[in-house]
Amino acid sequence: MDFLMHQPWWALCFRWLHIMSGVMWIGHLWYFNFVQTPTMPKIPDELKPAIPRFIAPAALFWFRWGAMATIITGLVLAWLQGYLLNAIKLGIGDHNYAYTSIGFGMWLGTIMWFNVWFIIWPNQQKVLGIVQADPAAKKTAARVAGLASRTNTMLSIPMLYAMASASHGVF
Amino acid sequence: MKNPLDSLGQTVLLGFVLTVVMVIVIKIIA
Repeated sequence: MDFLMHQPWWALCFRWLHIMSGVMWIGHLWYFNFVQTPTMPKIPDELKPAIPRFIAPAALFWFRWGAMATIITGLVLAWLQGYLLNAIKLGIGDHNYAYTSIGFGMWLGTIMWFNVWFIIWPNQQKVLGIVQADPAAKKTAARVAGLASRTNTMLSIPMLYAMASASHGVF
Repeated sequence: MKNPLDSLGQTVLLGFVLTVVMVIVIKIIA
């Protein structure tokens, strides 16, 4: 049981949890953008209610809690590795590619996490009828949530590059 | 003007463009 006392084992454990929860989060984000939204117009009207009533609430649950688990495990991992503050300041002054790269990944991921919890989820609650809203407010909420989701899809591309290149970059 | 984020293809393209810009900025900082 000696490994429980070793920092590298805890760092590995949190890295593993961080990657798993990140896949849970970004997997659902890409499902919404690459599958659900483009397919909606092709679904026959009588089948459409299944998406907002059954599929979307379940997908949004794993999506938002995946985002929460990803940011928490990521911050713990950066702290365990001793570069949390270096990454927050984008490695400015450190002249260290890994700190700057992981810093960009962390900031992009944090913006995306904020979008999930404070823009996408509150607006989706109106769209799905979890929070009461009139038809005009629902339409606006769907537009805002959709654009925030697309923004996160766009940001996920540089975010994943920054995360991967911090450890595996070609400098 | 149409919002480029309304198109999935343009969203992905913007993601790749942003990646190139980010890599250049990382190189400058690091």
